[in-house]
Amino acid sequence: MATIIIPTPLRKFTNNTARISIRANNVKGVVNELTFNFPDLKKHLLDEQGNIRSFVNVFVGDEDIRNLQKEQTPIKEETVISIVPAIAGGMA
Amino acid sequence: MSYEDIHFSKEELARYDRHIIIPDFGFEAQKKLKAAKVLVIGSGGLGSPSLLYLAAAGVGTIGIIDFDVVDDSNLQRQVLFGVDEIGKPKVEAAKKRLESLNPFITIKVYNQQLTSQNALDIIKDYDVVADGTDNFPTRYLVNDACVLLGKPNVYGSIFQFEGQVSVFNYTNKEGELGPNYRDLYPTPPPPGLVPSCAEGGVLGVLPGIIGSLQALEVIKVITGVGETMSGRFFIFDALNFETRTFKIKRSPSNPLNGDNPTIKHLIDYERFCGVKAVEKPIKEISSRELYDLQVRGEDIQIIDVREPHEYQIANMGGELIPLATVSASADKIDRNKKVIVHCKMGGRSAKAIHELEEKFGFTNLYNLKGGILGWIDEVQPELTKY
Repeated sequence: MATIIIPTPLRKFTNNTARISIRANNVKGVVNELTFNFPDLKKHLLDEQGNIRSFVNVFVGDEDIRNLQKEQTPIKEETVISIVPAIAGGMA
Repeated sequence: MSYEDIHFSKEELARYDRHIIIPDFGFEAQKKLKAAKVLVIGSGGLGSPSLLYLAAAGVGTIGIIDFDVVDDSNLQRQVLFGVDEIGKPKVEAAKKRLESLNPFITIKVYNQQLTSQNALDIIKDYDVVADGTDNFPTRYLVNDACVLLGKPNVYGSIFQFEGQVSVFNYTNKEGELGPNYRDLYPTPPPPGLVPSCAEGGVLGVLPGIIGSLQALEVIKVITGVGETMSGRFFIFDALNFETRTFKIKRSPSNPLNGDNPTIKHLIDYERFCGVKAVEKPIKEISSRELYDLQVRGEDIQIIDVREPHEYQIANMGGELIPLATVSASADKIDRNKKVIVHCKMGGRSAKAIHELEEKFGFTNLYNLKGGILGWIDEVQPELTKY
């Protein structure tokens, strides 16, 4: 099963689980399975049309899926998928 | 002045000896540091460590822009400042500290907010920018100004336990331009979906780590020593002590410098980030007005939408209904008298009021301006600020 790494700000929606194993064929399948199991994640990952939000980056291995086959990027057993949302803290 | 014309005094040579004796760094890199001008945007959590290391390392001219004053809640992570500086402008306190650390460099300060009106004028005088701001509008402003002016932007960002580092808009030795923030994140999150550090918190040592990495990248950009993070995006998870580095590329659809650029000058970033979105205005009440209502004995209800641990630190006797549960608890909120909704600073309570008005048609909700922090300042100074 592929491993998906949840960023710290979104772990409150995954019962504080950092790594989740998911069986799917592509990134879209992974996201569907993830949001099915953790419904509160949905609005943070997907827009109203069901597309991955543009301030949430998904990396398969060390590659941005926008430089691969986007949501159709295939997933293998040993694939590690990282979700990395924009964060803006630093000053205050 | 070209770096070749740089000279060092005897005292400077002694100070920078541990740099100069590194074979891959040496005299030449130290001269480049002294010739360089670096602008650090934000002298808070990230700016504190990066400014300390850049000053210590001998960057010849350092600019600091920040409009804030030192607050006691800053000292948990903003290691530039001490208790004596509370209430003073951050840039003034930073300048004093850095000049005592290294008297051989020049510190320029801008005690103002970076805006679309002044950004190009301020940034144009510098060689490198280090972005340590705390909100999305300024992130995009800094990015766009750097791209329009052709300046490398050393980016660091933090939230709770997570840190990010990259180098944007950097032209490498082969003359290839690297990606910028808009290639990584084309659009910002809508307001309210991602809390700020002021609301979501940050572990104090995390900006120390990430800000130091920014200083490292600034030094590499200036000196040309090593490989910068351009084209790479580093993230650090302090909880699991995991680091990951991703590849990032320029995007043809980047509105600044993609195939069909549409942004040719700075825009209204508050509007771009939806901060000025046309939301129905909500009713507000000041701490003083609320106090007057209480003194008059008016029948009101106070709802506190913060988290239980915040309530424990300080509360004004409101009913605790955390933001995430307001809709589920709507029946606990009175419809027939004035209901004052508050949080720490007024952001979450505004969100709660919008949600309750939209979903349940409430018309009697008032947002406490400045939240409980404002209340403590104006009415109940004996409560604990956090």
